[in-house]
Amino acid sequence: MLELKNVNVSVKDGNGDNVDILKDINLTLENNKIYVVTGPNGGGKTSLAKAIIGIYPVTGGSVTLDGEELSDKSITQRAEMGVGYAFQAPTRFKGLKVREFLTIAAGTDDEALLFALLVDVGLCAQDYIDREMNSGFSGGELKRIEIASILARKLKVAVFDEPEAGIDLWSFQKLTETFRRLNETNDTTIVIISHQERILRLADEVIVIAGGTVSEITNPDKILGEIELEDPDCKLCPKCSERSLLSGVNEEYGVRV
Amino acid sequence: MSSLTDIDKRLLKEVADLHEIPQGAYNIRKNGEGLSRKTTDNIDIITKTDKPGIDVIVKAGTKNESVHIPVILSQGMEDLVYNTFEIGEDADVTIVAGCGIHNGTGEKAGHDGVHEFFLRRGSRMKYVEKHYGEGNGKGQRILNPTTIIEVGEDATAEIEMLQMKGVDFAKRDTIVRLHKNARLIVTERLLTYLKQEAVSIITVELLGEGSSAQVISRSVAQNESKQVFHLNMRGHCECKGHIQCDSIIMHNAQVSAIPEISALDEGAELIHEAAIGRIASEQLMKLMSLGLTESQAEETILQGFLK
Repeated sequence: MLELKNVNVSVKDGNGDNVDILKDINLTLENNKIYVVTGPNGGGKTSLAKAIIGIYPVTGGSVTLDGEELSDKSITQRAEMGVGYAFQAPTRFKGLKVREFLTIAAGTDDEALLFALLVDVGLCAQDYIDREMNSGFSGGELKRIEIASILARKLKVAVFDEPEAGIDLWSFQKLTETFRRLNETNDTTIVIISHQERILRLADEVIVIAGGTVSEITNPDKILGEIELEDPDCKLCPKCSERSLLSGVNEEYGVRV
Repeated sequence: MSSLTDIDKRLLKEVADLHEIPQGAYNIRKNGEGLSRKTTDNIDIITKTDKPGIDVIVKAGTKNESVHIPVILSQGMEDLVYNTFEIGEDADVTIVAGCGIHNGTGEKAGHDGVHEFFLRRGSRMKYVEKHYGEGNGKGQRILNPTTIIEVGEDATAEIEMLQMKGVDFAKRDTIVRLHKNARLIVTERLLTYLKQEAVSIITVELLGEGSSAQVISRSVAQNESKQVFHLNMRGHCECKGHIQCDSIIMHNAQVSAIPEISALDEGAELIHEAAIGRIASEQLMKLMSLGLTESQAEETILQGFLK
């Protein structure tokens, strides 16, 4: 169980002044549950993820995993304790192959396992395994490899930051299935930062972050039910009858449906 | 190779990947003198009579053969050698050169090699040159290679130049002239640390219609080391050229990259890119979030970059 109590994070702005980006965050995230974090742009969602992973040190409050304080732990130590983060903007690595990257993540070079990870994110393993993680990849391809690096690890807490960004509609379905399976087969706490309806529908609870604070903890039906759909019978996707990702926006929550 | 000491064997392994007697032709030079040589039906090696060095002659039509010409210095001295390579028409050959220095003395140990290559019509050559230095002596390890390559019509030259630590000062001067439809691929990898200095000057003259060249240089400069790259490409006709120079700078190192392209004909298409920067913090954080320590993450990034 991951607990954040009165967590504050501040960073320096361009003038060297401290700016509070997270204020009095209180969250209890239980094992084997999916939490979707949503809210308007700039509200503090990614900052929350970075505070959990250790990229942003907390300036007040505490972050504990199964009762053990994380605040004084490095990124590496938190990773060893079972905290993982799929970055919003995946990094390119010159000279590093997908095989090497996933081997680091999985802690093994077992080819069958590495292949399975790529298949899980909708990539042809044979085509991708020995490609370099450089400019040859599209953003969507890189995003899927980033997600695979998290699936590779046995985690207590897995944080995915806008996993749908750059992913095509058809692979998106695969992605949601992967999250469901991860939830069903592991005891992992899954945290997904997202604005998308189909991701929200995966949630046990939806956490709305706005202005650097938790403004609401609710369920997906409540948020989605409050949104008046502009075009519920959208025809944009030829392969499924699911609504378009772009057909409506809930201004309050910044949720797209 | 039984007359080689353990140090010699280690140097040969580093500069030429030689664990045993190489397949094909070879010429091993140790401390300024020829140590061992083998020729084949298609590749002849002749000692020059007017100056130190050898002529390597690859017969026309030779396919999939290799020549190893490593130089090892295991004592403080300055060695100068002139080697000439004649690659016959339609030949396809790999040449592995390189210099390994073990300097356990207080004296300077240096090797200046002047290599000239003539690639005849339709030939292909892969040339690998590695620099390696070791030893606890206070004497400097110095390498100053000059490489001049004439790439004939429809010929292809692929050059790999590697230097990883170990050498206190290196000035590498490479001049390549490309004729009609000739092709050049240069890959340079360099890692300096402590107070080492390295200068690499690569000049490419695209002289013939349809010629093309790609020069990719990647380097890492650590500690107080200094690096200078001057990559100069000149298009004299309808041709294509691309220079890319990427460096990672660490600690108190200094790197200067001077890419220069000159189009002397409206058909010349030349591109240069140069970037110098520290290791991206996003890369470090990503690898650390997968469980690597900061130093392991750094090492992984550098190894990939210099691959």
